[in-house]
Amino acid sequence: MTHVSIKDLTKVYPGATDPSLDRLSLEIPSGELTALLGPSGCGKTTTMKMIAGLLEPTSGDVAFDGRSVLNDKPENRGVVMVFQNYLLFPYMSVADNVGFGLKMRKIPAAEIKRRVGDMLDLVKLPDLGNRKPSALSGGQQQRVALARALIVQPNVLLLDEPLSNLDAHLRFEMRDLIRSLQQDMGITTIFVTHDQEEAVVLADRVALILDGKMKQYDTPDMFYKRPVDEATARFFGGHNFIQGVSDGRMFDSALGRLVLPDGATTGPGKLTFRPENVRIWHNETSGQNTLSATINDIIYLGTQTRLKLLVGETPIEAVVNPNEIERFTTGDSLPIHLPKSTLWVIA
Amino acid sequence: MQETRRMRSFRILTGAVLITWLVLPLIPLAIWSFAKGWFYPDLLPRNWSLRAWEYALSDTAGVIDSLWLTIWISLAATALSILVGVPAGRALGMYKFRGKEIVELMILAPTIVPGIAVVLGIHSVFISMGLNNSVTGVILVHLIPTLPYMVLVMAGIFANYDPAYEAQARSLGASPLKTFWYVTLPAIRPGIIVGGLFAFLVSWSQYILTLLIGGGRVETLPLLLFNFATAGRNDITGAIGMIYILPGIVILLLTAKHLSGRSGAVGGFGQI
Repeated sequence: MTHVSIKDLTKVYPGATDPSLDRLSLEIPSGELTALLGPSGCGKTTTMKMIAGLLEPTSGDVAFDGRSVLNDKPENRGVVMVFQNYLLFPYMSVADNVGFGLKMRKIPAAEIKRRVGDMLDLVKLPDLGNRKPSALSGGQQQRVALARALIVQPNVLLLDEPLSNLDAHLRFEMRDLIRSLQQDMGITTIFVTHDQEEAVVLADRVALILDGKMKQYDTPDMFYKRPVDEATARFFGGHNFIQGVSDGRMFDSALGRLVLPDGATTGPGKLTFRPENVRIWHNETSGQNTLSATINDIIYLGTQTRLKLLVGETPIEAVVNPNEIERFTTGDSLPIHLPKSTLWVIA
Repeated sequence: MQETRRMRSFRILTGAVLITWLVLPLIPLAIWSFAKGWFYPDLLPRNWSLRAWEYALSDTAGVIDSLWLTIWISLAATALSILVGVPAGRALGMYKFRGKEIVELMILAPTIVPGIAVVLGIHSVFISMGLNNSVTGVILVHLIPTLPYMVLVMAGIFANYDPAYEAQARSLGASPLKTFWYVTLPAIRPGIIVGGLFAFLVSWSQYILTLLIGGGRVETLPLLLFNFATAGRNDITGAIGMIYILPGIVILLLTAKHLSGRSGAVGGFGQI
């Protein structure tokens, strides 16, 4: 169990003027599964390599349980990184790949054999030890890569886009496997991804990094409910941002006067609400936060339908259940409801 | 894909031409080594003898000593080529740096510029360093023609090499030395074998460089062979010639599987 502290970690590559990573600070509690989320080129992989000791930071510090590890060589840090393309050693059998870390630690061959067998059972590949990595499917290769990392019982496990190379049906299987192994072994785990869905599905906590800076470090649901700014909300699929003024209880804007939840920010700001939280209002009488909207476009998505609406001149987007709007067509007007608890004001 | 009859006959034809080209010139040499006089217009010698072989293998001829010396020089030149060629090939194959084209040209230069032009300058340098007329000097000067092959083969290997495997090994607890041994070396081994083979054979067949830097005191097999050839002893030349081509054939057979066109190791030549 290792608590990881990252403090003002910065990387400026030689010849570059802008930092690839700009003063990132994170406290990752022992045993937690944390996602570093951001678009490609935002500095996520750079961060991982600096934690693993494969890259030297320009400034800042990485500490495990309060002790700086910057001077520890990668092989002595107790950090294992699993790369996105798995990097199984092609000249070794699956068993030799999994046992590699133990061999480097001079563990006796008999014990390596036993522990490799146990580990292959754990990742559900019990009979593949003698194969060459090239004879395995992508999903199997990833499980071997995971087994190879976990067998050395690292203090910190780093995963590079652990689900992105997998088919949809394998993703959930792998997600469950990673989570259960990580929880059982209690290994502090950090993974990077550009896919917000992957981050949400796998992580206890998500750190969103945009343009080399950390935007928000929170549990996954907070990125939907309480995004810190518009860029963060947009990264998580937020669409509706309405300029206006809040007095803490009411929000005045082109949409009229809307009732806010308790504790809302005051002053000028942007009102935001998730498209999926926009409700169609079925009562005859108007209620709190109900508005009249015109349907501009209907996009059928299978299990959901996306509506482009106009409230006066203001465009908003809603995602609703397809059978709720069966009787409506483009050009119709319909009453909508914005539940007050789903509203959020960004300063 | 099914091989058509036409493709098959073409394959057999090219094989036959290649074998004729390479093997045919060696046949008279082999016959000479067993001949007791062989005069025009006889198709084969009238009398046979083992005299040339007896002489070539005797202590007085110095062929055996020369053979061991040549093996030692070629092995040492090969080992040094590998030692220099692997890091140089890595730099050229994997990294971009200022002046890379010039470095590539300088490494290629010995294959274009005649050896004698280079060696005259080196000769005076070696004299001032006391390296002339010595085996060490000969080994070092052999690096001039052997290094281009080694470096180019390794550059080809490293151009297709992913250094992330090394990072992965380090992260799993391997020291830099163990990383090289368990991860880098297996990946580049075909290149080392092919490049080493070229280096060995190029060194093995050096004449001018050995003659000038060795000053006639370092008598390798080609030098010895040339002495007998110019002396008109065709039978002994034939016998020594057969001994001379032996290592090449043995090495070729041992490494044949790495020499196919599909091997990444030969890909480096695409860069020339």
